[in-house]
Amino acid sequence: MFNNKLVLPGLVWISLFLLIPCLIVFTYSFFERGVYGGIEYNFNFENYTRSFKWTYFKILLTSGQIAFISASVAVFIGFPAAYFITKFDSKIQIFLLFFIMLPFWSNYLIRTYSWMVLLNNQGLINNALIQIGIIEEPIRMLYTKFSVVVGLVYNYLPFVVLSIYASLSTMNKEVIEASEDLGGNFFNTLFRIIVPMCLPGIVAGFIFVFVLSIGNFITPDLLGGGRFLMIGNLIYDQFLSARDWPFGSSLSLILVIIMLSLLFLQSLILARKK
Amino acid sequence: MRKLIFLVLPFFLIIHATAKADIVVSNWDGYSPSDIMDTFEGATGISGEMAFHATNEEIMGKVVASKGAGYDVLFVSSPFAEALHKLGLLSYIDHNKIPNMKNLDNWAMNLDYDMGNQFQVPYAWGTTGICYRSDLVSKEPTSWNDLLNPSSDMVGKVTMLSTDRWLLAAGQLLAGYSVNDTNPEHMANVADILKSAKGNLLSYDDTTFYSKLVSGEAVMAHAWDGWCNYAIWENPDVKFMIPEEGSDLWVDTMVILKSSDNKDEAHAFINYILDEDIGSWTIENILYKTPNKAAMDKTIPGLVEAFPNMGMTPQYMMSFETLKDVGDAAKLYATTVSDILAD
Amino acid sequence: MKKIYLIIIFGFLYIPILTLIALSFNRSGLPTSWGGFSTEWYVQLFQNEKIFKALFNTVIVATISTLIAGILGTLLAMGMEIKKSNKFVEATAFIPMIIPDIVLAIALLSFFTLLQLTLGLHSIIMSHVVFNTAFVCAVVRTRFKYFDHNIIEASYDLGGKYTITFIKIIFPIILPGVIAGCLLSFTLSFDEFIIAFFTAGAGSSSTTLPMLIYSMIRFGVTPEINALSTFIILFSFIIVLISQRSVKGKLLI
Repeated sequence: MFNNKLVLPGLVWISLFLLIPCLIVFTYSFFERGVYGGIEYNFNFENYTRSFKWTYFKILLTSGQIAFISASVAVFIGFPAAYFITKFDSKIQIFLLFFIMLPFWSNYLIRTYSWMVLLNNQGLINNALIQIGIIEEPIRMLYTKFSVVVGLVYNYLPFVVLSIYASLSTMNKEVIEASEDLGGNFFNTLFRIIVPMCLPGIVAGFIFVFVLSIGNFITPDLLGGGRFLMIGNLIYDQFLSARDWPFGSSLSLILVIIMLSLLFLQSLILARKK
Repeated sequence: MRKLIFLVLPFFLIIHATAKADIVVSNWDGYSPSDIMDTFEGATGISGEMAFHATNEEIMGKVVASKGAGYDVLFVSSPFAEALHKLGLLSYIDHNKIPNMKNLDNWAMNLDYDMGNQFQVPYAWGTTGICYRSDLVSKEPTSWNDLLNPSSDMVGKVTMLSTDRWLLAAGQLLAGYSVNDTNPEHMANVADILKSAKGNLLSYDDTTFYSKLVSGEAVMAHAWDGWCNYAIWENPDVKFMIPEEGSDLWVDTMVILKSSDNKDEAHAFINYILDEDIGSWTIENILYKTPNKAAMDKTIPGLVEAFPNMGMTPQYMMSFETLKDVGDAAKLYATTVSDILAD
Repeated sequence: MKKIYLIIIFGFLYIPILTLIALSFNRSGLPTSWGGFSTEWYVQLFQNEKIFKALFNTVIVATISTLIAGILGTLLAMGMEIKKSNKFVEATAFIPMIIPDIVLAIALLSFFTLLQLTLGLHSIIMSHVVFNTAFVCAVVRTRFKYFDHNIIEASYDLGGKYTITFIKIIFPIILPGVIAGCLLSFTLSFDEFIIAFFTAGAGSSSTTLPMLIYSMIRFGVTPEINALSTFIILFSFIIVLISQRSVKGKLLI
């Protein structure tokens, strides 16, 4: 059938270069870490019972919270940006999109260091605020959940803008204009027409920031000062520092299952709405 | 579609067309002279490529997953060299092929994780302690406790290393345990010490702590001695000290992979590195101590005044324990670290 | 209104960039404190062959993987939206985004080792295509919300051999999504470290820029990298300006 041919190349690639390799790694989760870091092949569920300890659950909750806040803020800020971009002449739109992405062709580490320079107690922002006289003592901004969220929102905002922009079809411009002409006030137009129109983009953008944030380890490390261990750091540590691939893969499998469940929950909700 | 293939194909050809080097070495960027491969080729005729890794853990992960394919020589810290050896991934070092081994300090031939240097050759070594601003601290630190429980005016101006072994070592040393201790009760005790220390910290910092000392954001930092020198370089008020409870001795080593097809050339490379002039470069440019006695004797006198920790004798350093691979206890260590950091 | 908001947003996006540009003139080698003005890092940068080689490699990896992922992802999205997709396809298209990158990195390296595949830039490209495809697919799918499925019915009625015309009709509609998806994919690839590190070959011929920069972490990331980032941004800025002159907005309806 028509669609089988379409999905096939993508599916085959992902199956070959993701599903199969990861399946192999996930089977490790049922074995044990060898004494020096290899794999000892005795089948058991210890890694899973260990994964449900409170320490790890706490990390999951912290990560989920930070990722959720970051995704929400990013969507909240990014949506108007994407919307306003579509209001420009089509020649300028792509121009604007490139300029949104441009900062992210510098290096992640350097951008993060720049945020440290901006946010720390003797940093540019505190200095500016003190000079202007708004505050007297520097505000502690760095090494807090706040700075981690700022870092995550900053690095993933463009993805939200891109995906919302993508779903805002210019051919529906007429619909928007019509609604505005008909005297609908701004919020009416916004929530009845615009938001539903780009809902897939909003949802996609939210998911992007959420998943990218949850697996991130540089931002919590540098901007959070290592004080908040997130799932990204935890899984990294298992594979790299502890060389405990079995445990690392059990944690990852659990993460993937949770995320897949959220995905299916979301599609159920969307299906109901239709 | 065809046009696309024609566009893409040349790239794949270009990628494969690059000449093959005789050996591939992986190191941290900047840890050896940037032209080392060229001078090595000039001296021996062997062509080599230098690849880089960011941390021990990453190159370890890569080499374990690929069974060492593609690499001949690695620069890794001693616990990793030990683990690689126990996993059967290393080749034995043939001392006959490394005449410059004689340049090494005697102490460096008898490190307890590899007596006689059978599977690794030491490259640089040092200790861990407290790097601090002598002009900003209210009281000069003398104990690990000064770092973990600073006086109230210094709370929030202290950083600690978060790399698992060193994070735990601070607590282990304070409590009087071995840095290779595997007793779960001891570990629980260490966890408590470190969890209460966490509240006093500005942040955990493995890479920019010296910068924080220079700017004054931090007044004390848990630091490796060589790194402290970078802070001293920028601000002479910075000093390094080893707490009275002691420290660990860390060693960065060179290893040859069993999977290497060019072991002779690999040995020649290590021999070249052990040359006293190369050793001098390391000392002068990285400000680390090396076990290369010939190089140290030559170069240290000029540096010791500005960087006192360079003057530490090997004998003194040997009074500290080297970090060893803890085998099965790795899980305990990892869980403890997660527990502390997630608190 | 729209201009003010966008100016604020661009301000937010570019203040750290301006900071990093300013820091590229920092005499002190420290990443987070100022030591005076100096252009020495630019001098060092332009003498640094391996940085530019790595930059070149990164551009190649990002470009080729985006090309491939752009095609695979768009096809995947079309297949999923035009006909109903099943749970397996949905999950497969989603998993590359949620799988922790270290898991994918190690899994792929182990897999390549098993197949005894020699590593190089091509193995990085193959690996990047995996997650890039998922992102492109997700973005392109958003284009289908108000898609008029009647067009498809009409095309069927007109006979199967109108597949090409069919593509000529669908494609312009989803094009903004494809472009956005590709831009996203390029950016992800350009700054991606861990998968590149694990799946790269062992020499400088397959070192990418993120790999090189992260390897400097131990001895301090110097302002040379800020100088490089400034260079990349300026260079891209100029390219965009030039191409804006030549492409007269034909890309969007």
